[in-house]
Amino acid sequence: MAEATTTQAGQLADGMAGFVSDWSSDQRTFKKVPWGKAMMWIFLLSDTFVFSCFLISYMTVRMSTTVDWPNASEVFALSFGGDPIPLILIAIMTFILITSSGTMVLAVNYGYRNDRKKTALFLLITAVFGASFVGMQAFEWTKLIVDEGIRPWANPMGAPQFGAIFFMVTGFHGFHVSIGVIFLFIVMRKVLRGDYDVGRKGFFTSRSGSYEEVETMGLYWHFVDLVWVFIFAFFYLW
Amino acid sequence: MADAHVEGQQHPLGIYIKIWILLFVLSGFSYAVDYLQIQGYLRWSLILLFMFLKAGYIMAVFMHMKWERMSLVMAILIPPFAILVFIAIMSLEADWTFLTRETYFTEAFFKLFGK
Repeated sequence: MAEATTTQAGQLADGMAGFVSDWSSDQRTFKKVPWGKAMMWIFLLSDTFVFSCFLISYMTVRMSTTVDWPNASEVFALSFGGDPIPLILIAIMTFILITSSGTMVLAVNYGYRNDRKKTALFLLITAVFGASFVGMQAFEWTKLIVDEGIRPWANPMGAPQFGAIFFMVTGFHGFHVSIGVIFLFIVMRKVLRGDYDVGRKGFFTSRSGSYEEVETMGLYWHFVDLVWVFIFAFFYLW
Repeated sequence: MADAHVEGQQHPLGIYIKIWILLFVLSGFSYAVDYLQIQGYLRWSLILLFMFLKAGYIMAVFMHMKWERMSLVMAILIPPFAILVFIAIMSLEADWTFLTRETYFTEAFFKLFGK
């Protein structure tokens, strides 16, 4: 690396000593990470605050309502011919998202091995899982709007805030997944075309990319999974 | 070309597969909490436990936090603690709203003063 990323001794300190020296080094702070990855982390931090605001507003309305909160276990139950199974669709969606996180990890791994075809294949699989997640969410929304009559301002099962919070939180998360799927397809195309092998310049940044961009993409995708972990716990299970 | 990627995170596949399986198991446990209809404090603590374990493993291994330099780890992990203050403030606020509603949204109150 041409950049000065080492200390005088030629070695970077690790752990807390490294934390202090990196931040006081009068150079770039985030050493040993590509700028795109550091910036993705900063973006994800800001997104963390956005989703926190949603979940905190959910906590506030649920704690302050004097009307009963609907039982998510029953609302999201689904019957396959027999008795309704509680929360089954949400459970399937959770497993799909975790599976897609696993395939994303494989894509990143094969990217660093410069295996163009396998990287693209696993990006495609990840995108398909993501798209099926959004599809199931569309099904769930349809069921709630058409069959149950839940609206952002009203809810026949109890507290009207339930509808507002449900549509806002899952809608915003589903939007993130949809953007992620598009993002995945863009990266997949770049991988397939060999952009990262020949250092072709990106259409937006005008910088030549490398397989590190697959990892940056992966960070976003795992974050979407991470947010779902919290939504699943607080909205569906609580 | 491969030599140029000195900054990338390369790790053996084994650890990813193990964490992947672990995430499935933990998700199964979370779902079981609901399926078995565990209630009360046990339910809430189990939900939180599985949630934090899952979030932690995703961040540490899948997002490579475990292998990043401390300067990046601290920049990302410390700011979210501000959220705890926000949670505390809003739960006080929510309690206050609830008590106010319990006091004033009553039939006796409506009879006297109308809706």
